[in-house]
Amino acid sequence: MTDLNFAMSAPVVGTSGRAVDAGAKPKMSARKLNFYYDRFRALKDVNLDIAEKRVTALIGPSGCGKSTLLRIFNRIYAIYPKQEAEGEVLLDGENVLDPKFPLNRLRGKVGMVFQKPVPFPMSIYENIAYAIRHYEKLKKPEMDTRVEEALRQGALWDEVKDKLKQSALGLSGGQQQRLCIARAVALKPEVLLLDEPTSALDPIATGKIEQLIAELAERFTIAIVTHNMQQAARCSDFTAFMYLGELVEFGETEKLFTQPAKQQTEDYITGRFG
Amino acid sequence: MPPLPSEHIVKSYDEELARLTGEIQRMGDLALKELEAAIAAVVERDSDSAERIVESDKEVDALENEVGQDVIRLLALRQPMARDLREVMAALRISSDIERIGDYAANVAKRAIALNRVELVRPVFSLPRLGKLAAEIISEVLLSYRDRDADRALLAWARDEELDGLYTGMFRELLTYMMEDPRNITACTHLLFMAKNIERIGDHATNIAENVYFIVHGTQIAQTRRKGDNTASVVAKVGTGKSA
Repeated sequence: MTDLNFAMSAPVVGTSGRAVDAGAKPKMSARKLNFYYDRFRALKDVNLDIAEKRVTALIGPSGCGKSTLLRIFNRIYAIYPKQEAEGEVLLDGENVLDPKFPLNRLRGKVGMVFQKPVPFPMSIYENIAYAIRHYEKLKKPEMDTRVEEALRQGALWDEVKDKLKQSALGLSGGQQQRLCIARAVALKPEVLLLDEPTSALDPIATGKIEQLIAELAERFTIAIVTHNMQQAARCSDFTAFMYLGELVEFGETEKLFTQPAKQQTEDYITGRFG
Repeated sequence: MPPLPSEHIVKSYDEELARLTGEIQRMGDLALKELEAAIAAVVERDSDSAERIVESDKEVDALENEVGQDVIRLLALRQPMARDLREVMAALRISSDIERIGDYAANVAKRAIALNRVELVRPVFSLPRLGKLAAEIISEVLLSYRDRDADRALLAWARDEELDGLYTGMFRELLTYMMEDPRNITACTHLLFMAKNIERIGDHATNIAENVYFIVHGTQIAQTRRKGDNTASVVAKVGTGKSA
């Protein structure tokens, strides 16, 4: 079931506590999306809506295409040769896969955070400022404000406000990941893509990121790829289950994890796969 | 039909779920035997047997504790999802229903001991019909649980109306005997409680059937169950020696 309107026909509250109602509209949509790594077809006619200001989780076994799908949303695959996408990815109705859609504009609107925290080898302050400078010219006091704002949104400000000039590499893994999220939100994107953002973190750091996701969902549209099914169940409003490059099932998270419609989904979420 | 669609990747998870199912089935078998033995103890006026039944109910209680612990362990360690979660939740609820069935059966046995101290009254021989039907329903729901057979559960669930009807009949009969001769009151009052216990056992059996349906379908039974217990409105007609 890929139609968001169908999934949201009954007003309910998602597991995240946000209202999952008919008011949520698609922000990004994949339409008949196919993806090829050279000759290997990694995605097969995927149709999926990512609801605005909601959290959508992509789950599925390794190699199912969930990370590939995420990587198409901000065209990060474009830096690799022999990788090709077919079909459309609409952002507010505009096809971002169209070569005429400027990459810079896309990356400004669709931010991404990876599995391993990748802070730049520079100060905490510069990690944020560097990203902003790429898009805007700001005077020092304005930049200070923006950096603080971003670090606050990344739930990191209180921990780093006295050591902004220290190297970001000295932060813990969890702090580094929140810095990466802060760096992504500093650009005021509309969509945030999180590719297994907590898989390298301990449970406390994971809890902080999950809390952060809940807060960020009030302002951003979020798509998260996770191998942790409990995390998908806790954090998201909608969940998409993918297998072998196909979207098997899409629906409200609560429904998908309690009463999945497809046997494949049930087998996967109950640990019976294979 | 296998109880679950296929095996988990982690084998010990299957073992834990199977253990839970096994405990429920053992509990059910024990409670069923308790009920059948309690009815026999009433009819045969066998107080020794009745005492053994009261004692044996502890075994059912102990199993309920085991189920409770296993459920907590499964929830904490396995974080069951979807059908597995329903299995675990249903096991917890079903065990509590079976424990109540055991309690009611033990109470029938306890009252049998009291009943044996007073003179025999004829309605004693009406009790086995009630007990037999309740036992049949329990047996059916336990089989429906074993096979995860929602249709079978639904059939057993609907039979509770029959049991309610028998109970209402017995209620009237006892009222009549009590009005006829006040010396019957002690025995008939005990019998009335016994009959009520058996009627309640039927209600718990329907709860189990509802849980079997829930395991299989993930939803509650949509229809409402017809109730045949009309005793709440039965009154004795003074002077006629009859109830209405």
